[in-house]
Amino acid sequence: MYKKKEKIIRWVFTVLAFSSLLFLVGIMVTLFASGLPAFQEVGLFEFILGKEWYPTYDPPDFGILPLILASFLVTIGAVLVCVPLGVGSALFVNELASYKQKAILKPIIEILAGVPSIVYGFFGMVIVAPYLQRILNIPIGQTAFTGSLMLGIMATPTVCSISEDALSFVPNSFREASLALGGNRWQTLTKVIIPAAGSGISTGIILGMSRAVGETMTVLMVTGGAAIIPTSFFKPVRPMTSTIAAEMGETVVGSTHYHSLFAIGLILFLITLLFNIIAEIISRRYRLKLGLGR
Amino acid sequence: MTKLRKFNYLFVSMALVCFLFFTGNVLAADNDIVVKGSTTVLPISQACAEVFMDQNMDINISVQGGGSGVGISSIIDGTCDIGNASRPIKEKELDTAKEKGVTPIGNVVARDAIAVVVNPANSVNELTLKQIKAIYTGEFSNWSQVGGSDQEIVIISRDSASGTFEAFNELALDKEKVRPDALLQASNAAVATSVANTPGAIGYVGLGYVTSKTKAIEVNNVMPSKETVNSDTYPLARPLFMYTDGEPTGAVKEFIDFVMSEEGQKLVEENGYISVQ
Repeated sequence: MYKKKEKIIRWVFTVLAFSSLLFLVGIMVTLFASGLPAFQEVGLFEFILGKEWYPTYDPPDFGILPLILASFLVTIGAVLVCVPLGVGSALFVNELASYKQKAILKPIIEILAGVPSIVYGFFGMVIVAPYLQRILNIPIGQTAFTGSLMLGIMATPTVCSISEDALSFVPNSFREASLALGGNRWQTLTKVIIPAAGSGISTGIILGMSRAVGETMTVLMVTGGAAIIPTSFFKPVRPMTSTIAAEMGETVVGSTHYHSLFAIGLILFLITLLFNIIAEIISRRYRLKLGLGR
Repeated sequence: MTKLRKFNYLFVSMALVCFLFFTGNVLAADNDIVVKGSTTVLPISQACAEVFMDQNMDINISVQGGGSGVGISSIIDGTCDIGNASRPIKEKELDTAKEKGVTPIGNVVARDAIAVVVNPANSVNELTLKQIKAIYTGEFSNWSQVGGSDQEIVIISRDSASGTFEAFNELALDKEKVRPDALLQASNAAVATSVANTPGAIGYVGLGYVTSKTKAIEVNNVMPSKETVNSDTYPLARPLFMYTDGEPTGAVKEFIDFVMSEEGQKLVEENGYISVQ
């Protein structure tokens, strides 16, 4: 009787575990099936390197280079914001904060991770963008910079909690050895602990980037959406995700435009996949380096 | 043996899921009104269909988008009962319809008007269609070129897939391309917010979205309002049609009557369009 029950439970959990595989395969099949025709209809090079995105005109232009560059620009900007914020707060929480400070800070950072992206978008659109417009004296506040700022804040909890994990994995013997050799706290931090946790911190940064590049609602609301090749941080841009979100609802199913939007999704998927693979490789190496096994 | 059985369970359950999925689609075909076409008319059809179906449990209405072209061609092909269109039927389409023995009849169910809005701080109160076109296509880039102060024009447009954009592009821009560095916003509300926050901005929204935070301007000396739209004097307006094959009968007639009723027209206004009453 007991054995039978165990068998059933085992079976249920096996199915549950493999269902995510099923979803992944389903998503990939859909993406490829609906996205690949775009490369055929538009041409791979015209699609990826085309400079004009006018999908509904006659004749239409399906060039996504401005969208790809916008996504990269906004992501790089987000990294510049989230790395100092995330790694800095991880260092503080793990190495310097008192027990009490830690007890307050950690939950706060976790709550930041739980704020829905539409709230960031709304906040960015209604408060941050007009503010930046005023203090920077630019014609419009919805720019790549605004998007970077919002995405950077959004990615901070990811970077912070993974970096913090990495720091807490650094064995205490490392710290003790450094202090015993006469190193002060600063030297221990910069010469011993950060290098030891380095690959873990890099993993966090890359996962943060992967979050930033795939984020949709916020960039849709704060980056302005002008499909031009970005020339400045302080001009409106149109990342790939916001293009899909804004246009998918109103395109004709089965048209070249429809396939193009899926193709953009496919490219995004490949980019985030690449980020995740890099993060996985780095984190594996780091675990081995510290002798923690795989 | 056990392995094989596991596989069987999996197979049977998947087959069951597929079966339910497909039969679900087939069963829906009975006693159905199919509405297809323009994405501009879509919100009206959807809102009316929801209320109508609540009142008439035995009638099922499925509403689909696709565009005005799809709506009219579906009426001609007989693949829908009501074809939505944000433009009148074209000569060529009428010829095809005649060949197939179909008489498309357009019922004007609402009007769509687009207000051109600027920031309330802007001194410009009127523009001609020509000036609007010049601004949106990139010929003019400073408000001083159209009688305003020396300030850069920030152009705010809608996503090129949206119905409002489609209408604006047709009525104001003669289908020319909007300059590529124009800001594209995903909704009427987003355009209104951006214009309200940006001193040099110009944008366009459905008439229902004009608030005190933005200023609607006169186009060709006509202020957009329900009256000027219904008297066809405001240039950025167009009728919205529901096409049927011949005079509507039965359930289709009931539905169109509902859309034209006071209750239906109230839904039309709630969705930001102009009622035809």
